[in-house]
Amino acid sequence: MAKVSVTVNGKVRTADVEPRTLLVHFLRESLNLTGTHVGCDTSQCGACTVFVDGRSAKSCTIFAVQADGSSVTTIEGLAKDGQLHPLQEGFWEEHGLQCGYCTPGMIMSAANLLNDTPKPTETQIREGISGNFCRCTGYQHIVNAIQFAAGKR
Amino acid sequence: MATSPVLPKLVGTRVKRREDPRLIQGKGTYVDDVKIVGMQYVAFKRSDVAHGRILSIDTKAAEAMEGVEAVFTGKQIAEFVKPMPIGTPFPSPEHRVVATDVVRFGGEAVAVVVAKDRYVARDAADAITVQYETLPAVVDPEAALAGKPTVIHEKFANNVAIGPIPGGTGVAPDGSKVDDSAIDAAFKKAEIVISQRMLNQRLAPSAMEPRGVVAHYEAGKGTMTIWSSTQNPHILRTFIAMMNGMGENEVRAIAPEVGGGFGAKINIYAEEYVVAGLSKRLEMPLKWIEDRSEAFVATIHGRDILGYVDLAAKRDGTVLGLKLRLIADIGAYNMLLTAAIPTLTMLMANATYAFPAIRVTLTEVFTNKTPTDAYRGAGRPEATYFVERAMDMLAKELKMDPAEVRRKNFIPKDQFPFQTHMGAVYDSGDYEKALDKALETANWAQLKQERDKARAEGRLMGIGLSMYVEVCGIGPSASLPTGGWEHAQVTIERDGRITAMTGASPHGQGNETTFAQMLADQFSVPFEHVTILHGDTGVVKQGIGTFGSRSQAVGGAALNLAGGKVKTKMAKFAAALLEAHEDDLVFEDGRISVKGAPAKGKSFAEVASYAYIPVPLPPGLEPGLSEEAFFEPSNNTYPFGCHIALLEIDRQTGEPHLRRLVAVDDAGNLINPLIVEGQIHGGLAQGIGQAMIEEVVYGEDGQLLTGSFMDYAMPRAIDFPRFELGNTVTPTPVNPLGAKGCGEAGTLGSTPAIVSAAVDALSEFGVKHIDMMLRPEKLWRIIQGGQA
Repeated sequence: MAKVSVTVNGKVRTADVEPRTLLVHFLRESLNLTGTHVGCDTSQCGACTVFVDGRSAKSCTIFAVQADGSSVTTIEGLAKDGQLHPLQEGFWEEHGLQCGYCTPGMIMSAANLLNDTPKPTETQIREGISGNFCRCTGYQHIVNAIQFAAGKR
Repeated sequence: MATSPVLPKLVGTRVKRREDPRLIQGKGTYVDDVKIVGMQYVAFKRSDVAHGRILSIDTKAAEAMEGVEAVFTGKQIAEFVKPMPIGTPFPSPEHRVVATDVVRFGGEAVAVVVAKDRYVARDAADAITVQYETLPAVVDPEAALAGKPTVIHEKFANNVAIGPIPGGTGVAPDGSKVDDSAIDAAFKKAEIVISQRMLNQRLAPSAMEPRGVVAHYEAGKGTMTIWSSTQNPHILRTFIAMMNGMGENEVRAIAPEVGGGFGAKINIYAEEYVVAGLSKRLEMPLKWIEDRSEAFVATIHGRDILGYVDLAAKRDGTVLGLKLRLIADIGAYNMLLTAAIPTLTMLMANATYAFPAIRVTLTEVFTNKTPTDAYRGAGRPEATYFVERAMDMLAKELKMDPAEVRRKNFIPKDQFPFQTHMGAVYDSGDYEKALDKALETANWAQLKQERDKARAEGRLMGIGLSMYVEVCGIGPSASLPTGGWEHAQVTIERDGRITAMTGASPHGQGNETTFAQMLADQFSVPFEHVTILHGDTGVVKQGIGTFGSRSQAVGGAALNLAGGKVKTKMAKFAAALLEAHEDDLVFEDGRISVKGAPAKGKSFAEVASYAYIPVPLPPGLEPGLSEEAFFEPSNNTYPFGCHIALLEIDRQTGEPHLRRLVAVDDAGNLINPLIVEGQIHGGLAQGIGQAMIEEVVYGEDGQLLTGSFMDYAMPRAIDFPRFELGNTVTPTPVNPLGAKGCGEAGTLGSTPAIVSAAVDALSEFGVKHIDMMLRPEKLWRIIQGGQA
């Protein structure tokens, strides 16, 4: 077992994990932060996307021990003081989700995109979220949701 | 009098979804989020050969691993879990939940592990070794029909699961009499005959949440609770009870948040029976969560129907007759509805046309592949594709406008309800209106100019158009083995709040929102005062489930009926309270008052309270306000529409680019146009995916070559243009809402429209048809002068 200490959504969390434990399983199983989902086993789908030290990362491709000492933000940490993040607002306003399974990862990827490119074009948005699969929406309302959030900045 | 705010009418408006706040904050509970004290994990050892006889299974290493609770081979499982039941009346070979002697597709389970966590369970499954005598793999469905290279199920000669079943003009409904005179005459009179073999290829449904199940048998009580990522918890309850020798009253099935289904989560799968059976046997809660790689082999596939199409016509474009020979490659076994899905292709072969004669024959064939079953559209996209591609080929051959060939052959709008050759009665329709709306939305004349201008520049640009009609709102009870009704219960609580329960268990459709809109309007109360409960057989007494675009048309109608019953009763209480006649009352803005005398009224909550403390109790009334309804539709609904595609192909690389996609859909009355748009978009994405990039591919040895998202092309945001939608509204008479259903529509017209656009784009090379998907290599070869 290995001891890891990760700052998750602003709180220091320490746990003993098997060295092979994936970050996503550490979040979901050890910390009960089940908002981050697993949709594949080849790092294609992006459902597990979180922020690690300010950048989006697929948490199924990282061992928990690799995140030792890092700062992680998950979907649960996005709303501040009861205020939805502009992207969360956008997804709600623009019907950017249906089943909701891809949504947390999609929102985290979109947040990374807007950090890098605050006013993206539609093509930049579509490229920016192409590491995240959604099977329900056909992406159009997701694009609208991200445009909504970009418009609020 | 207390003034109440005027409540806006919500039906028909774009209400934001009430499901979203929990889902956008990571607060939804999907099945993998369910944890129970003492729960252990299940993993399956799966066959790595497509067809083989099991010679030996060595589980010793797995059993010796620390943290492993138990290991079971298929034979051991068979001692307490019965073979898989199916939901169709067709003959079916024995299908063990875990293979006992022979494996018939790659990925079929051969052993099961129970362990303390998912990592150990997976390690232990990997530590099991299985020896097989490899048997020849049956991969090509047409060779299979000649018994080659072998026969998969002893009692099914030449691998024929069903058929050939005839249907259409001159065929008695039970198939007992077949009269060929009409169809033969049509082809004798033909001035032109279009003939084409087309494949509607195999797809992987790929809901973003893989399947999963948690089963908790409580021995002390003798009850089972099962959480599953399913579209129909009530059907799950029925089958789990039956398979475990329990009563339905002893099983509670819960569909928590369900991360997409697309038809694939209608089935009750082997893993559900095994995990439930093991929980009962081991008396412990168990969880199994499907890996994506498992999903590609263990969750049903969709489509995979070969169509031999012959279309007889006059040179003016009038179609005289259609012949369609269907060969459905259903994979290794019958699942719940496997055998029934291709019969929907038969049913819908009439399409939107008044063809004088139609003959369809269907054969279903076993191969060493994952079984097929319902995938969004389920049989109807295949029918649409075969007929619409043939109509397009006819237009090309006659050098006619593809829209005009369709127009010439439509069922006229004054012919509804319309009895088709295939046994369906189309409820309502106005196909010309949908066509015209699509031509207008796409600006057809300008679109053609744009194409011609691009061609003049040397670019490969094409347009394609497709009509469709589908069968939804399934259906009267005669059309489903479970019954075709839906159930609802509406309770007005003591405080005037409304709790409604529906058997329509959603997995992304937003039923909590649309159903609350309906009820808020029905009672004229605030939207926020209505709660919709679903997905739990311990809460919702009865139900069928969500599939076949039936939530609104059947589930919504049931809620409307139950709401009507409780409203009638509430009016009686209000009448007693107001000393008025119940027929003179109006429900308006949270109040019930006498028509024309708004001051003479009571708040909704006051009347509700009186119904629960009825002093005095009005004569002939029982206390309380809770009513239920079972809605049995008189017929299916038949939504329709027209899709148009503009597609460009790169002359250098063969890469296709979808430039425009126009979709005009008629789903009858709409409750929430925002949600309907979302449903249409999602369907379009899956239709475009099928046309352009998706395909399940097997090697000659029966190995799945597209077994992960690295090999199976899931559409990404960058793969789509912005969809352009329009709609027409032709209500259905078969339910009180006039709603037809919209969940699958997008998958129907988009595929033939896109393939026709690709054929149009490559017309200079003389190509007549291209099988999906539009792989750049395939298109590049055509450009280089080869064949598709």
